[in-house]
This record gives sequence, structure tokens and C-alpha cells, in this order.
Amino acid sequence: MTQGGSNPVKKARGGFEPPDDCFADSSLNHLGTAPREKAGDGVRTRDLLLGKQKLYQLSYSRDILYDTIYTMPIQERCRILDHQKISATLFKLTLASSYISTHASPGQFVQIKCSGTNDPLLRRPISLHRWSAEHKTFELLYEVVGRGTELLTKYSVNEELDIIGPLGSGFTVDPTKKIHILVAGGMGVAPLRALAEAIKGTGGKAIYVLIGSRSKEAVFCESDFRKLTDQVVISTDDGSAGKKGFVSDILLSFLENELTTPNSELTTIYACGPNPMLKAIAEIAWQKKIDCQLSMEERMACGIGACKGCAIKTKGGFKMVCKDGPVFDAKEIVWN
Amino acid sequence: MELAGIKMKNPVMVASGTFGNGREYNDYIDLNKLGAIITKSVTLLPREGNPSPRIVETPAGLLNSIGLQNEGIDYFLKEDLPFLAKFDTPIIVNIAGESVEEYAELARRLSKESMVKGIEVNISCPNVKLGGMTFGVDPKLTKEVISAVRKATTQPIIAKLTPNVTDIKVIGLAAVEAGADALSAINTVVGMAIDIETGRSRLGKLTGGLSGPAIRPIALRMVYELAHSVKVPVIGLGGIMSGSDAVEFLLAGAKAVQVGTANFVDTQASVRIAQEIAEYVHRHPRALNFS
Repeated sequence: MTQGGSNPVKKARGGFEPPDDCFADSSLNHLGTAPREKAGDGVRTRDLLLGKQKLYQLSYSRDILYDTIYTMPIQERCRILDHQKISATLFKLTLASSYISTHASPGQFVQIKCSGTNDPLLRRPISLHRWSAEHKTFELLYEVVGRGTELLTKYSVNEELDIIGPLGSGFTVDPTKKIHILVAGGMGVAPLRALAEAIKGTGGKAIYVLIGSRSKEAVFCESDFRKLTDQVVISTDDGSAGKKGFVSDILLSFLENELTTPNSELTTIYACGPNPMLKAIAEIAWQKKIDCQLSMEERMACGIGACKGCAIKTKGGFKMVCKDGPVFDAKEIVWN
Repeated sequence: MELAGIKMKNPVMVASGTFGNGREYNDYIDLNKLGAIITKSVTLLPREGNPSPRIVETPAGLLNSIGLQNEGIDYFLKEDLPFLAKFDTPIIVNIAGESVEEYAELARRLSKESMVKGIEVNISCPNVKLGGMTFGVDPKLTKEVISAVRKATTQPIIAKLTPNVTDIKVIGLAAVEAGADALSAINTVVGMAIDIETGRSRLGKLTGGLSGPAIRPIALRMVYELAHSVKVPVIGLGGIMSGSDAVEFLLAGAKAVQVGTANFVDTQASVRIAQEIAEYVHRHPRALNFS
């Protein structure tokens, strides 16, 4: 189920509509991005854990169990350093964690317990927006879409939140690519900012951002992206800001008309947003033979790969959005 | 303590299907601190599971329709069991079949494994077309499955019962008569959730199984009924989130408990609950009778 709610069919592609249902936020709220940790980081992770941090972690054998590159998540209580209301339904939460701030990569997410009670029962997955290893902090950008996120807004500075993270497998930046196109639908902007920074960090030059939203008020992070990237194109469903239309259509015309030196082989598209938008983008990427990474959404329970709840169909069978993803190669996804 | 011949450090087991096959939680807790690990249902052949969405949150509960996704018994014996064998915690393997013969074959395959300390027979999964709950709602079929498993193995057998029956005692007695060494109750309660905007089920499949605190009073009543009508130990589960929840089940007559959905909410739940039970025992030394 998409973040936008329980009814992706009725929703406009590229747009984002808060759902009426109160449990909608149990699906991954805005996903996102960055290069994966290099092999061998498991050891670094372990060393850090054995350090002075007070963590729940008790077992350190993970790195010998997995062949794949893996950042070990932890469950910890994080103090709230800042909690800002950005718009009617958008909030920015700044939390303290020396672990998450040094182990996160773009596209990963955290699982937050939004209340001290059993109702709502499950944690809420929220993608990591920014983090600072230097300040030992990380930021989450979230939209109130149900009871869990509504309860989250009640927490104030200096209170603590029970958090598991960093979770999932994020975006991968291929340094041989020259053109990077980031496509966000609604809250899909949240993880892409860190991705833009990561691409810049690898020496990537041509970074373009297309942000699709339902209306002017729902365009987030525009100024951040203007500072970080070469061009930002805004589109809204109602035409109240930027171009009128779906962000996937804007992407197509951008690829065909606006890129000064188009080169499919040297381009990567990274997208995050509601699933119908991602599907449209996957089709465009396939037609144009462009590499494409999608941050997928599905309802989650545990977030750590145990419950098998957030399954999506891929060419290699069902995969778990929480652990195998949320970022997948667009070519792998089997769309309904 | 000992339960049906299985030696455990404490009465807290992790419920099948909520703990993967241990790996997922090894990052967060010391698996050696658990009373027992009950693995995710294993079937003869790999199963890919049900279409998404597979889960939906309901008030104080979780409705799921996973559909027994697993890699099959061959993969389990090759990959999962050797991993679990590294820990000093009894491994109880949960099995699910589509026919009596499949249950028996699974039990035979597992009977050769010394690391397997017990077999939990899933005759209560509500999310599969064939097998699962179809056996557990009928005392005659329950007897057939448990008898077949009994013939196939000398390991302790736990029959996992469904609450979706008129009288759980009848099913429990049938399982015991057929040779079950213990009963675990309850599996999930069949439920539904509808999206009123589309008029469709919120799950990919029409119905699912409800777990979590929402079903705890139902589970507690059924565990009480079973514990007072069968001679074998009853393992209580259903929405246990804390030590006090677990103690309720123990006071109702359960000899051990399983922690399920709580694992999804708090990776520390099982270890924390074991500790909280110990604190309760310290405060009320004679309230619970651990053998």
C-alpha cells in the first residue's frame, strides 16, 4: 500500500493525497537513498558497539553470518533535539544518535514507536532525511497521515523516542554515471536530499531534481535542492506551482527536451513516491534504457525482515521492502 | 524448568512466524536468553506466500495474511538449523502440511536431527487454502494429523490450536489422545478489515489472522479452559506484550508462554518479559508452580 493511502488507483500519479484511514502510516512514509556501506564495515560497526555507547545490542556475530554488505541496525532511545511544524501536516524531527548518524545511508529508514501504549500497536517506518556524523544527530521529515504520526507530533524536545535503525538497503551511487535525475512524489523528497548530497560527494556533477506534488503547499525542500543541484523542476497536479501535470510526464519531457547532452548509458534515475508514480517512471526508464532505482512502499510490521509482511513481487520472487529494499532496481519489480 | 521433556531456562518461548528463524533478531537480543525458539512454519516445498498487502494494523492488533512463506524443509535443514544450533537454546520446529502425509514426512525428516528438541504442529494457520486450520477445526482430522506425526517421531510434539472453533477443549483432548505432549494456544483469530473507499479488503486475501493485545482476553479464556481439561502442559500465547500479561496466562494454568506479535513492536520483548516474570516470581514466590 502506498504512503498516500489505501487507494493508489484513485490517486493522481506523482501527487500525494493524505488518506482518510487512520492506519495508513504503517506503510513506509517517504523513502529514500545513498551509497551502500562498503564491505568490511561490519567490523567497524562491531567495534563501535563495543565502545562506550549504551545500547540494547547484545550480540555481535552478525558480520560472520552474512556475505552481503550490511549495516547492523540497533534499537535505542533517542533524545529529541528539535521538533518543528513546517506546514499544516509536515513536521521535522531532529534526534540525537551517535550510531544512526554514523551508519545511515541515503534511502534507509528508521522504525519509531509513536506512543507508549499498545494502540496503535506497530512502529512507524520513516525514512532518514539528513544526518550529521559530526553533530551526532539525524533528521526525519514526516507527514501526518494517520494516528501513529499524529501521536508522534505530541512529542516535545528532550523527550525520548524508541527507535530501530538504520534499516533497509538504500540507493547505490555508481560513480561512472554522469547524469543523475532524482524524482520525488510528495513526501518522496525526504530521502532524496541526502542522496543529492551523497552524489555530490562522489564527484557527481549533473544532478537534476524533479519534484511532483498535488499543490503549491505540498512542495517540500525546494530551496534545499536548489542549493545542492543543477536544476530543480517543480510540477503540481493542479498547476498552482511549476508545471501542471504528473511528475512522470514531466520526467519524460525533461529527458526528451531539456537535457542538453542526453546519454542514456551515463544516466541514473532515482525515484521515491507513491507506487503508481514509480510504476510510470519504471516504464519511462525501461523505454529509454536508463538505469533506475526505486524506493518502494508497502505496509510493514516489524521492519527487520522477520514478519514477511511487506512483500513485493520481483522477478526473483517475493522480496521484503524492509530488508531487501526499500530501494530496488526498477527492472526487477513485477508490477500488478 | 522442563516442559514435555524440553529443558528450558525460562518459560518464555518466541512464537512461530514472529521471529523469522532467529537471524533477524540476533542483531538485537542474546538468543541464549530465550526459553525456546519456535521456528517459522516449515513446509515440504518452498512457499512463496500470499499476495500483498499482507498486513494491516487494527485497534491494538495486527491482521496478517502471510501465507506461510518459507524456503521449504531442505533449505531449513541446510541453512537455518545449523545457525540456530549454535545457541544454547532449545529449538522447536513448527511444521505445516497440506495433507496428513506431508505432516508425517516433515516429522520424519526432523526426527533425525538431534538439534531439534521438539515439533510444534501447526494445525491452525488460517491463511492457506489447504491444510493448516482445516485440520485444527475438526477433532477427527486433528487426531489423524497428530497420530501420524506421533508415529513419525519420538521427539516431543506440541499441537498448536486455533481459536476459531466452538469448543477448543474438544480439539485439545483429541490432540492429546493422539499423542501430543503439549498444547499451544492460541493461533490467530480469523478477521477482516475493509477499505471503505474501495469497498475491498485491506488485505490481498479476503481474510487474515488477528494477533496482538486485541485477542489476549480470548486467548486467556481458552488457555484456562484447556489447562483445566487436559493432562498435558499448555503453552499460552495471544497478545502477550509484558511480564504481567504473561503472568496472567501462567496463573490461568499455562506452564509456559510464547511471545509473538510483541517481537515486531519491540525487539527486546521476549527477553524483557522473561525478566519481568522472574521479578514477579521474586515478589510472589508461591503464586506460580514451575516444575
